[in-house]
Amino acid sequence: MPDQSSLPAPSPLTRRRFLGVSGGLASTLLLAACGSNTGREAATTAGSGGSGASGSKPTLAQWYHQYGETGTQQAAEGYAAAYPDATVSVQWTPGDYESKLSSSLVAGNGPDVFEWGNGPSIDQIQGGQVAALDDLLGDAKSDFTSSLLQRMSYDGKLYGIPQVIDMQLLVYRPSLLQAAGVQPPETFDDLVSAAAKLTTGGVKGLFVGNDGGGGVLTGPTLWSVGADYLTSDNKVGFDQPAVAEAFGRLHGLFTSGSLLLGAPTDWSDPSAITQGLTAMQWTGLWTLPTLAKELGDDFAVTAWPKYSSSVGAPSVPIGAYGSVVNAKGANVDAAKAYVKWLWVDNTADQLDWAQSFGFHIPARQSVAAQADKLKTGVAADAVALVQNSGHAQSPLLWTPASGTAMSDAVSRIIKDGADPAEQLGQVATTVQSELQRVAG
Amino acid sequence: MSAPTRSRPVAQRPPLWRRLAGDQNRNLWFWAFVGPFVAGLTVFVYIPILWSVYLSFFDARNTVTPTDFVGFGNYRDMLTDPAFLSSMGTFIVFAAFIVPLTFAASLGLALMIHRVRRFKAFFRSVYFLPTACSYVVAALIWKLSIFNGVRFGLVNTVLSWFGIEPIAWLSVTQPPWYWLVLVTLRLWLQVGFYMILFLAGLQRIPTVLYEAAAVDGAAPGWQTFRYVTFPQLRTTSVAVLVLLLINAFQAFDEFYNLLANAGAAGSGGAYPPYARPPLVYLYYVALGSQQDFGHGSAGAVLLALVIALFTVLQGRLLRFGRNE
Repeated sequence: MPDQSSLPAPSPLTRRRFLGVSGGLASTLLLAACGSNTGREAATTAGSGGSGASGSKPTLAQWYHQYGETGTQQAAEGYAAAYPDATVSVQWTPGDYESKLSSSLVAGNGPDVFEWGNGPSIDQIQGGQVAALDDLLGDAKSDFTSSLLQRMSYDGKLYGIPQVIDMQLLVYRPSLLQAAGVQPPETFDDLVSAAAKLTTGGVKGLFVGNDGGGGVLTGPTLWSVGADYLTSDNKVGFDQPAVAEAFGRLHGLFTSGSLLLGAPTDWSDPSAITQGLTAMQWTGLWTLPTLAKELGDDFAVTAWPKYSSSVGAPSVPIGAYGSVVNAKGANVDAAKAYVKWLWVDNTADQLDWAQSFGFHIPARQSVAAQADKLKTGVAADAVALVQNSGHAQSPLLWTPASGTAMSDAVSRIIKDGADPAEQLGQVATTVQSELQRVAG
Repeated sequence: MSAPTRSRPVAQRPPLWRRLAGDQNRNLWFWAFVGPFVAGLTVFVYIPILWSVYLSFFDARNTVTPTDFVGFGNYRDMLTDPAFLSSMGTFIVFAAFIVPLTFAASLGLALMIHRVRRFKAFFRSVYFLPTACSYVVAALIWKLSIFNGVRFGLVNTVLSWFGIEPIAWLSVTQPPWYWLVLVTLRLWLQVGFYMILFLAGLQRIPTVLYEAAAVDGAAPGWQTFRYVTFPQLRTTSVAVLVLLLINAFQAFDEFYNLLANAGAAGSGGAYPPYARPPLVYLYYVALGSQQDFGHGSAGAVLLALVIALFTVLQGRLLRFGRNE
């Protein structure tokens, strides 16, 4: 038996030693925390900066923005889990989805597959960030809504597969209109008059967003006088006196006292009209299930009215989230195969995605024809509006810088009463500069 | 007779690792503690700053490794960009309100709490607690509950008792009620922190000064404050003013969360132009849907220079760091 006194005594945990150990641990944790989360599951054989492989199947990361409808996240995860040829991890992204996604793409650790409103931007396409997807459609190409395919194409190549069609529209409560003795508005004058008559007590006549419509009414106002963001040959499409006059009328509406302003939720949520704060609201197709639940039969839909009985036409903006493949991902072919499986071949899931949660119109015409919930009532009226009065939300060459310039000008016109012609002239200068940059 | 010679022992030079480690491993321990933070600062602060300066000389859309050198073109664009210049104007208005108001409110609170005989810790905590609240959370409370624009908003409910119609606080620009929302939010969030700084300053003033002032006939109250307390708080006051100005320049969260609208997708953002301080504007240019890192970086460099200039000028004006 060894002599106990000869064994080395355990070294005491001195203050210096404790601080040294804890400092080392802290620095290790700090460095370990510096990784980034792409939503991709850890894979034992992951490639650098891109998709790894789990066994023989590749691993793909797919990003969605946060949808408001309950159950959508579980549905998206369910579709991904059912894909047999890759392990797909879904990241559900709340908050400023586009900024987070753009940053991750620039940093080189973006997802393999992601959705983007109306397809990728012209800068993403010209910067080589997104892969061309022409070969995915095959015979199904003629079945997709052609205007959406055109919106997501550049230089003859397709860069996004439309998932579902969404639209904005004017919702009103027939009971309130009937009580006030007004008809659904067919011209802008009708709308102003109806909003005034419907404003009583705590109820306002119209809600077009807490900014008085600056965020969502640019397109409808342009179309209401027969103008557009850009012409078909990509020139400034709004440099005409009628446009300035129409925007000027929005300032009158803003100061009329008939608009609901400062509501707890904005135009994309139906709470303002369901809580009785307004009689008419500009909102989206996705709100119809909630409206039906809260208001029963007491709601109907129509388009943004034409400017006058002789000028312009009624309109609704339509758009679609497009499924996009990261061209700099590690497994582009696997990502394209997954997109084809989910948004071209898998019509059952497309139908489920379109009508099981909120109301959306499937991007494929044959699938849309199977959407029973869109064949009756208010939903059928909305679909008719898309077919008769639908306009793509904004053209591909309408860059974010052009959008910001227009949004700033419209805000000044609506809220401050700035001179519309002068403001739109400044926007035209910016747009021409942007067109020169992206189209040469 | 010659003195016996003694050979001096030759000093043994320690090995290199021992010299690097220093006496009692001091160098080693210094870097063990400081190293991780230096590494963090280098990776997350200094390299991004240098990279941003590099990007500011390139056309860098949707890339941080650009090849198209544009010289000072991005700087010229930003200095002639009405939106960027307007964002500077927004900052100046904001700073003109928030700096003196926070200074006066935090000093006033500190003076009151310093005089309280009981529950001093309680009051100190009550006023300091909002500092722990997130700007985002506070902005949502202000927007959705207190300054909600409809009839059941808290302030509008109070106004209705006096027969005043509901006010759309964040939607109208004439009158610009949104400034009231912005300024009260920031006051609530930061006044407690500066109050603590002033309290620390007050506790450092020797009581003999007050006794001497009393002997000299100074009346308690305003006279004592003006001739004893305030001059003794000069160093603290200058530090508070410098911090307030820098914080005002860095305003982002409350503007963004109170005034960003649910705009149409693809519109490039529907944030109103009238309440867009520099950081919010640069966020939209560089990190929003534009992803224009060249112009964004040039704007960031210009903003950093302006903040540095203001800070130096303010420091010189207020004689910051100089002894009496």
